[in-house]
Amino acid sequence: MDEVTNLSVKQRSLLGDALRRMFKNPLTVIGAFLVALALFCAIFAPLIAPYSATKGDLKNFYIKPPSAEHLFGTDDLGRDILSRVIYGSQISVKIALLAEGAGLIVGTLLGLMTGYYGGSLFDSVVMRIVDILMAFPLLIIAIALIGVLGASESNLIIALALVIWPFVTRLVRSQALALREAEYVTAARTVGAGDFGIMFRHILPNTLTPIVVYGTLGIASVILSEAALSFLGLGTTEQTVPSWGKMLNESRAFMRTAPLMPLWPGLAILITVLGFNLLGDGLRDALDVRAR
Amino acid sequence: MFRYALNRLIQLIPTIFGIYTLAFFLMRVLPGDTASVLIGFRENQEALENLRRVMKLDEPILSQYLAFLQGALRGDLGRSYLTGIPVTEMVAGAISATIALTVAAMAIAVIVGIPLGIIAALRRNSVWDNFSRLIALLGVSIPVFWLGVQLQIFFGLQLKWLPVSGNGLDVHIILPAFTASLGTLALLTRMTRSSMLEELSQDYVRTAYGKGLPARAVIVRHALRNALLPVVTVWGGSLANLLSGTLLVEVIFSWPGMGRLLIQAINTRDYPLVQALVIIFALIYAGINLLIDLSYPLIDPRIRING
Repeated sequence: MDEVTNLSVKQRSLLGDALRRMFKNPLTVIGAFLVALALFCAIFAPLIAPYSATKGDLKNFYIKPPSAEHLFGTDDLGRDILSRVIYGSQISVKIALLAEGAGLIVGTLLGLMTGYYGGSLFDSVVMRIVDILMAFPLLIIAIALIGVLGASESNLIIALALVIWPFVTRLVRSQALALREAEYVTAARTVGAGDFGIMFRHILPNTLTPIVVYGTLGIASVILSEAALSFLGLGTTEQTVPSWGKMLNESRAFMRTAPLMPLWPGLAILITVLGFNLLGDGLRDALDVRAR
Repeated sequence: MFRYALNRLIQLIPTIFGIYTLAFFLMRVLPGDTASVLIGFRENQEALENLRRVMKLDEPILSQYLAFLQGALRGDLGRSYLTGIPVTEMVAGAISATIALTVAAMAIAVIVGIPLGIIAALRRNSVWDNFSRLIALLGVSIPVFWLGVQLQIFFGLQLKWLPVSGNGLDVHIILPAFTASLGTLALLTRMTRSSMLEELSQDYVRTAYGKGLPARAVIVRHALRNALLPVVTVWGGSLANLLSGTLLVEVIFSWPGMGRLLIQAINTRDYPLVQALVIIFALIYAGINLLIDLSYPLIDPRIRING
């Protein structure tokens, strides 16, 4: 008996354990670093950008190739491309976080309720809408919606959130459907917990893991979609705000004379998306969520 | 099998209904007076009245909706504001280009992705395996429009090997098809690899080796056949991404398909054309999903088809 008690296992928290597992994978560490880099650029853009993103050099009102002075060169208005790429992270990160956040909140709430009241009229109505939305190629719905509403930052966020929530609802609903039969839910009900108490205090915490994993991977695809829509001219319409997708589209006009110009905003998108994908994969493996 | 197919066909009815409904309301969320917004810069009282009459905008929304459904069932989705041609005709002219590009991209993805996945599984941690992982990672992270532009610059403008844009089922399709294929290629590579690894560790594979079958026969006739089932499943799901990706590729390479038409229609505020394209994109998508669902029982007899 003594031997057994001496073998007491060092206690580790579930989260600490998962984090430790996660950062053992070098790819996840790279992913976390890239995400941190993008966030750092977005927050501290005014401090780290060497030049203004919007004001060009009035004496050099033309495209310049990369040089020691302008590492990525300048665009057709003499603006420093490196600075514009750094500032571009702001709008990408902002729109991605807002759209993904809105999609996650709406999707989680509806998923919790449809799952908890599974089989009810409310459930079938919401799930019908989800089915119909998912019957569309979603980027096309987003494009058409912005095309009709007009291009603007808020319409972009609305369109992106609209294509995110059905997936979240489905994910959360399936979890909630299973969890409402769990014994601890029955126990909570026996001691007098109400429906909302059970949903938010008991079911929600147990669905958070897949939501976090899905949300992280989701940000990667939102950034891609946002860049695609901006590239198509359906993003922010303010001329002064640099956005990676818009920069890429504008640079196409100078493809022949300045072949490096489209490279930079695209690399920025690639690095950021790659970061969120690697981090999401790492989270998924560490938290052992079965990806759909 | 027949009952399964019939059930699946019946399920399509609410989907189609939903597609039409959503497309209808999409055109009614226009801010302000729909007719004047639709007419846009074409300030013309007569046209405004005409549009109100045709779209029945003065009538209650329910009868507008019913009229729209009636027309849609007859295959009448209205006329383009810009050309006056029935929009279905304009879309029909663009469908073949989109299908050609999608099929070419899918072919590249299958021909490259599946063998690459198999090799990666057979030679774990080899150069091929690492290459397959790199492709899988890049495939989900690369912006397809940026890849297209870079390929145009490199192969079109610098090396001058391939045309930068234009259409035709010759050298013109190579760059657009390759660009559009990458996402699906990555997905197929990853799925084939993991599914193949799983099958190779199964008992029946060991049995097959044990009874002295040559490795080639075990891999191709036993493991691969089973490994491809989940690949077919994701392959179907990837068509949605491919359709969206094709749209961007069409814009970049001036490929005269439905995607480019949609962007043109949005830029010229040709709303009936936008509506028709959304409906037809969704119908194609629903049709493909139906075919994939129907093919499951044929591919995998284990799937129960009582439902």
